[in-house]
Amino acid sequence: MLDTNHTVEVPEGIEIRLPLAGPVERSLAFLIDMMIRIGIYLVAGTIFGIMGNFGQGILLIMIFLLEWFYPVLFELFNQGATPGKKMMGIAVVNDDGTPVNWSSSVIRNLLRTADMFPLLYLTGLLSMLINREFKRLGDLAAGTLVVHKKAFTHSGKLPEQKPKQIGIPLTLEEQSAILHFGERSNRLSEARRYELADVLSPAIDGHSSQQRYQSILGVANWLRGRR
Amino acid sequence: MRQEEFEQQYRPIWQAFEENMRKFEIRAQRKELSEDDVKQIPSHYRTLCHALAIAKERQYSPYLIEHLDNLVLRGHQVIYSRRSQLRHKIIHFIAHGFPRQIQQQQSLFWLTSLIFYGPALVMFTLTVINPELIYSMVPPDQVNMFEAMYDPEARVLGRERASDTDFMMFGHYIQNNIGIGFRTFATGILFTLGSLFFLIFNGLFFGTVSAHIVNIKYNSTFFPFVIGHGSFELTAIVICGMAGIKLGWSLIAPGNLSRLDALKLATGKAILLMYGATLFLLIAAFVEAFWSSSTNLTNATKYTVGGILWLLVYGYMLWPRREASA
Repeated sequence: MLDTNHTVEVPEGIEIRLPLAGPVERSLAFLIDMMIRIGIYLVAGTIFGIMGNFGQGILLIMIFLLEWFYPVLFELFNQGATPGKKMMGIAVVNDDGTPVNWSSSVIRNLLRTADMFPLLYLTGLLSMLINREFKRLGDLAAGTLVVHKKAFTHSGKLPEQKPKQIGIPLTLEEQSAILHFGERSNRLSEARRYELADVLSPAIDGHSSQQRYQSILGVANWLRGRR
Repeated sequence: MRQEEFEQQYRPIWQAFEENMRKFEIRAQRKELSEDDVKQIPSHYRTLCHALAIAKERQYSPYLIEHLDNLVLRGHQVIYSRRSQLRHKIIHFIAHGFPRQIQQQQSLFWLTSLIFYGPALVMFTLTVINPELIYSMVPPDQVNMFEAMYDPEARVLGRERASDTDFMMFGHYIQNNIGIGFRTFATGILFTLGSLFFLIFNGLFFGTVSAHIVNIKYNSTFFPFVIGHGSFELTAIVICGMAGIKLGWSLIAPGNLSRLDALKLATGKAILLMYGATLFLLIAAFVEAFWSSSTNLTNATKYTVGGILWLLVYGYMLWPRREASA
């Protein structure tokens, strides 16, 4: 299947899928973080500005720390997400699916300089587009991924319908497709529901689109194990 | 087993697990987890993995699989997060780890030193012979700035810097010099080119400026100023370059590995060099701001201390260490 999931095998012997984040979300997250940093500079600049040379020294150190280590700090202590990433619903993880650790985070953020070369993250963008996992150079070297963090999963509620067997044998994939359709159906518009149900019209009995839709629901209920 | 029964049988465990994860992921709520809850997590996690494997195999609803997948990922992140004894590691790294890294890669270290100091020496000699060369390397107003900075007259006139200026300069050195070090490292991933550029350029620049100072006979202010922090700073730049070249070289000549694997392996070592280099740069910034610039100290003191620092730095890096025990 063509998708943007990265599959990782965990020690328990099963595979989990990490949905990868693409260049657009990542750029937006970067912009948000940049705004936040600029905001901090403005505030700090006014506060330390009145403190003379000493304040300026502190300001310079702060700029240094924020420019280089702002992402490291959040990636380590905020589950892999800077505030910008958090807003975009993405996070950094090691490419074996474990939380990003100290040195990986430092590496990927130091190498940001190389990704910015020559300007506007051109190198990083090229690297992301060439790469199957949307990794910029820093991610390649550190072995990290940026993934979508789903706060929730859509829980499909299969509408109750009298369970009903279908006359034709179905492969596992077909069964799964029918189940999925049933569970998604309450998120589809009525017209779309019927349209999709009509695709199966010769195989499913029923005189109108609505009847066909209901008998597909019946099959789904049967497959789900309701009797 | 039908999906319905399957869900009914396992749902309580999933829900308990999800609740535990939710608490665990928020630092403030972690305390709410009782000891029993924590003990349950691994066994629940294994049951969950088992359930996911079954659900996938039997092609249960995609939503169910996605939900379990998501839960397993959260559990995986909690159970396999790496714990490190940070303080012990840091001390061990400074005492043994960092020097050993340098020693294991001594040929690269000397080669990088040559790439940095070589052009510096050449340019120094050339500029001493032909003083006009300074203007081909450094813009005239910057030359004037350097001359003003190291003018012995200005010093004798008693331009004692207040200590708060020292602190400002400390900030400046941290921001500027460590930044240069990081850039020298990072751009090395572009097939070593970036590191080479920064090393050679800074070498040429440093050589030319030193020669110019000699030409205009400001020796008595410039060299006592640079000798103190130079030991840490110049060595750190060399090490940053070395780390960068390591990255780039792993892409040029990956050996038996794939380029990606070679890069990851090289980065693991290079970042250790960078930790050490960063420490050096911090010390350098400190010395530069609070020691080198002091006008109360005689030049003899500065030369002696500076010389000892150079010996210390090289002694620290090259003195043989015991082999890694772990």
